[in-house]
Amino acid sequence: MSEPIIKVENVSMRFNLAEEKTDTIKEYILKLIKGKLHFSEFWALKDISFTVNRGESVALIGRNGSGKSTLLKLIAGVMTASKGKITVGGEIAPLIELGAGFDLDLSGRENIYLNGAVMGFDHKYMDAHFEEILEFSELRDFIDVPVKNYSSGMIARLGFSIATITKPDILIVDEVLAVGDENFQKKCINKIHSLLENNTTLLFVSHNSDTVQEICNRAIWLDGGKLMIDADSKTACDAYRGI
Amino acid sequence: MTFITTWAKQGKKYRPLISELIKRDLKVKYRRSFLGYLWSLLNPLLMMTIMTLVFSTVFRFDIQNFPLYLICGQTLYSFFNESTNIAMYSITSNAPLIKKVYIPKFIFPISRVLSCFVTTSFSFLAIIIVMIFTKTPITIYFPLIIFPLLFLLLFASGIGMILSALAVYFQDITHLYSVLTLAWMYLTPIFYPVEAVPEFVKNIIYCNPLYHYIEMFRCFVLNGCMPDAQLWLWSVLSSSISLVLGVLIFNKLQKNFILHI
Repeated sequence: MSEPIIKVENVSMRFNLAEEKTDTIKEYILKLIKGKLHFSEFWALKDISFTVNRGESVALIGRNGSGKSTLLKLIAGVMTASKGKITVGGEIAPLIELGAGFDLDLSGRENIYLNGAVMGFDHKYMDAHFEEILEFSELRDFIDVPVKNYSSGMIARLGFSIATITKPDILIVDEVLAVGDENFQKKCINKIHSLLENNTTLLFVSHNSDTVQEICNRAIWLDGGKLMIDADSKTACDAYRGI
Repeated sequence: MTFITTWAKQGKKYRPLISELIKRDLKVKYRRSFLGYLWSLLNPLLMMTIMTLVFSTVFRFDIQNFPLYLICGQTLYSFFNESTNIAMYSITSNAPLIKKVYIPKFIFPISRVLSCFVTTSFSFLAIIIVMIFTKTPITIYFPLIIFPLLFLLLFASGIGMILSALAVYFQDITHLYSVLTLAWMYLTPIFYPVEAVPEFVKNIIYCNPLYHYIEMFRCFVLNGCMPDAQLWLWSVLSSSISLVLGVLIFNKLQKNFILHI
């Protein structure tokens, strides 16, 4: 059971704020003259290492801008690390931020197929699970409405329903639950528990310590891009809150 | 060269995504237009009618069956123009997707070019209509049009990948390219015969890959003949060079897309 599924080894991530924000020649020359082009380097992550085993549920906690989402994006393969190595041994269903993988102009129905395809599932598979998604998201009446008219809670419902239907090896949930109502949050937490029983690995970001402790048995506290504590969720949450 | 096998594997895994993206493009293109897909047929026909009127009264070229000559060139050129133009924006306009989930990025320009190819295939109905109207016999060579189309598709895919990657780093390319396509159009014998231009322009036209594909296409549709070996050679060469360059450049530039979109 202790087979490692995510291995993060000495990972650092650097952003060059100046270079990335330079869009026009004018800005570029101005910055070149001022000598600012290579200065504002920003290390979002500094030398992070940890391993997650299959079936574990790990929370990432920390303040805004501490590097949680960057770390998740590195694990999901959206970005590549400046230094270090990340090995992932399974299919990932990433729920990073709201509406990831949605086209806002398309209807909920069309987005179900698009989002499924993003994770590599064909039309047939999504057809077979369409009812289940409708049922879980409780969006039956709005399924043919363009997603741009959805509320943020509705988008979260749809995203969560699609991501969990594919029974991924690794589920990444980043703040998505926060916008759902209490009823739906409960439903999601139950769903996450049942996935965990089926050996799904969970990476969870939340600012709610109660939820963290309810779902995860381990938590990693990041601050300023550094790994502060990697311990069981209660110890880590207490340390984070300064108790 | 290991990335080639990775791309092939990913292409297989993400085939559903490519077909979803193509469907999405088609839906978005004709959303809210009353005639919908019919426009893919009507558009080339109407354009051809206007250009035929203009060129048979104002400028006169000695071309037999001018409507068919025109619509062949125009259909292929507008496919190239449209597909490379929408492929150019494919990375930047899919930024929300690219930022949040992992998807092999070459899927975006490729799916755009392919969706454009699907709409263009509707316009072949327009070509057949013109053939019937101008009483042009459909010869046994007609099915061979698949070859020039394939060359054109590969060529456009290569150019589309290069443009989409460059557009991430230099937005200016989008402005530059619209000027370039205008020049490219005039240097492609769409509404004039290649014999009508001075010698030095001819030499430029001979270097234009689109000229070769269109020439081959017209050979099958208009003249019912087999193009010579040289034309085949040029077409195979230019389309594969474009594709290889496109793949190499795209692969080199894609690593930092995420930081610039």
